[in-house]
Amino acid sequence: MNQEPKHTALPEVPGQIEQNPEEAALRLGAEAEEAALRQDAGTAARAGAAAAAAAEEPLSLADSVRVLSPGQMVAKRFFRSKLSMVGLVTLLVLFVFSFVGPLFGFLPFIWGETEMDTSPGKIVVTEKPISYTDPVTGEIYTAYSVSEQQMSVNIKGDPSSTHLLGTDDMTYDVFSRLMYGGRVSLTIGFVVVILETLLGVILGGLAGYFGKWVDQLVMRVVDIFYCIPTLPLMLIISFMLDSIGIEDRAKLFVMMALLTLLGWAGTARLVRGQILYLREQEYMLAAEANGLPVWRKIFNHLLPNVVPQLIVTMTLGLGSIILTEATLGYLGLGLPAKYATWGNMINVVSGQNGLEYLTDYPNLWVPPGICIILAVLAFNFIGDGLRDAFDPKSKR
Amino acid sequence: MFKYILKRLAIAVLVLFGVSIIIYSLVRLMPSDFVDQKYQPLVQNGQMDPARLEELKELYGLSDKSFEGMVKGYLQWVGNALQGDLGYSFKYESPVGEVIFRNMGISFVIAFVSLILEYLIAIPLGIRAATNQYGFVDYSATVLSMIGISLPSFFLGALFIRFFSVGLGWFEPNGLLSSDIPNNASQWTILLNMAWHLVLPMAVLVILSIGGLMRYTRTNTLEVLNADYIRTARAKGVSEHTVVYKHAFRNTMIPLVTMFAGALPGLFGGAMITEEVFAIPGIGRMAYQALQEGDVPFIMGYNMFLAILTVIGTLLSDVMYAVVDPRVKLTK
Repeated sequence: MNQEPKHTALPEVPGQIEQNPEEAALRLGAEAEEAALRQDAGTAARAGAAAAAAAEEPLSLADSVRVLSPGQMVAKRFFRSKLSMVGLVTLLVLFVFSFVGPLFGFLPFIWGETEMDTSPGKIVVTEKPISYTDPVTGEIYTAYSVSEQQMSVNIKGDPSSTHLLGTDDMTYDVFSRLMYGGRVSLTIGFVVVILETLLGVILGGLAGYFGKWVDQLVMRVVDIFYCIPTLPLMLIISFMLDSIGIEDRAKLFVMMALLTLLGWAGTARLVRGQILYLREQEYMLAAEANGLPVWRKIFNHLLPNVVPQLIVTMTLGLGSIILTEATLGYLGLGLPAKYATWGNMINVVSGQNGLEYLTDYPNLWVPPGICIILAVLAFNFIGDGLRDAFDPKSKR
Repeated sequence: MFKYILKRLAIAVLVLFGVSIIIYSLVRLMPSDFVDQKYQPLVQNGQMDPARLEELKELYGLSDKSFEGMVKGYLQWVGNALQGDLGYSFKYESPVGEVIFRNMGISFVIAFVSLILEYLIAIPLGIRAATNQYGFVDYSATVLSMIGISLPSFFLGALFIRFFSVGLGWFEPNGLLSSDIPNNASQWTILLNMAWHLVLPMAVLVILSIGGLMRYTRTNTLEVLNADYIRTARAKGVSEHTVVYKHAFRNTMIPLVTMFAGALPGLFGGAMITEEVFAIPGIGRMAYQALQEGDVPFIMGYNMFLAILTVIGTLLSDVMYAVVDPRVKLTK
């Protein structure tokens, strides 16, 4: 009569993540110890009847050991790490903030992306010095003519209850634009990462599996993309798009395509390397001997083993894509200025009156910067946590 | 090894050709070229004859936009480049090679000092983090380095300018030389003044890059500390300090040496965004402005310069790997 729930989900694909049988055995041992300890505590706490029953019927190893599938093990390790949890929560908050936030348009402090606040703005006091030279004594006096002028619309308004972070030079609400900016950044990040992984897996897989001239060809192309200076190339193309006059949302798609084109090389290299290594493994020989068709060998036996590394690179890649997109926005080469993106919002400090914004209106450019950092940091934390969780040598 | 290097060099030449073709065609495809941007306003004002504009384009070699024209332009560029002539920069009005080498100095100084600082800070920190795995030092170093990786350079630059230049008034917000420096100032004053202006950009670069190197050192050290010979050393009763800083440290350095070689393009290529934020007249900022104006020869020259540095950097780091670690043999 054993009350400990049984977990008999034995790994169906042995060695999918545990590539070292010794390691796996060690871990199995550790888990057994852990389970046994828990068993002890549980028995002591429970009523004597159960304990007696347990004592009568000595536990076999299979009963006292909790077997975790590789996936469960990874999940367990991932959720145990504090940093990954911090990342996950931050990311969820950012997602809700940018995708759900604008739906609350009925609240007084949520505005549209390009909704202008035409209410009269703040009163600006200007002091104009007038110098005056006394004709008799020759002394120079300076007088100030002070004038008060009320802005006709709410330009660069201070933070208030209707504008939590104030308004910018177009009277748009900064807080609400943060949300719309988040939509752009997160969408670009995810779309680009998925596209470049697809491209990378296909080309890298082809190169790694077929070798010979396919490998040579693909890898030389990868080399070329590795050597192209990324930022200058992005700038050239962005200038080009600007002067062709590709506007609005269309530019978003072009930018996605562009970022994908510049990012797939790394993934392809990773996949190829991994497949070259896996191709020589014994289980592939077995697959060969069984006469499996090529597509099954690739999709059922090779690719699943690349997935852990791919997930990690994808998560870390998300952060860097968001950074690149923000950099383009900052340089004024991303989406047109009327669209809110986090990079575009920081762009104010690089313009002609940059120093004025830098000094007097930190509410315009500090919040988007913090959003960028939070998003990238969250992805990095999660990626790092996943890498540790997937690592078969990890001790935790 | 000699054969290996030869083969790699041959591939490198191929790759460089590919890079140059891509960049050249992109630059030439830009719809408004240098001449358009510079003289179009004059034409619109009626101060310049449109025919003269075409003449100028012909002179700059930008008139023929057909496929054949571009191929011809490219072949001409390659021919000259192979003879060491990178052409004449439209914007800076001197030979491209000269412009690059004249402005590389300041970028090199910034990158070099930051690189040294980066290594000096990141390596000890990484080793400390590895020896205290999952301890306080490890967690705080990890978090800080992650924040460093996640910072956009332009935002960090803006924050620094806001706090240290505008707020505290310690530094000037931008430029390389204060405007109030007298013309007859001594060499030393000028040098010190420049160094003072470079503190913030260097700080930005160091903070941004420290995280990656620190994480790398940490992972390496962890790997080395699990090796058998470390267990042997401990079993012999060698002190922990000697184990970490003598037995483990040398082997930790192997991948780091190769990384040093990989930093080559960053050393000479300039930091575009950081230089732009702080208005430092380095090679990165010049390239940015040349890009804006469609200065074909300069863009080509600069990008090929970067690509060559990347190729040499990767090759060097692979060779260094074999030099430092006798277990590695280069055969392919």
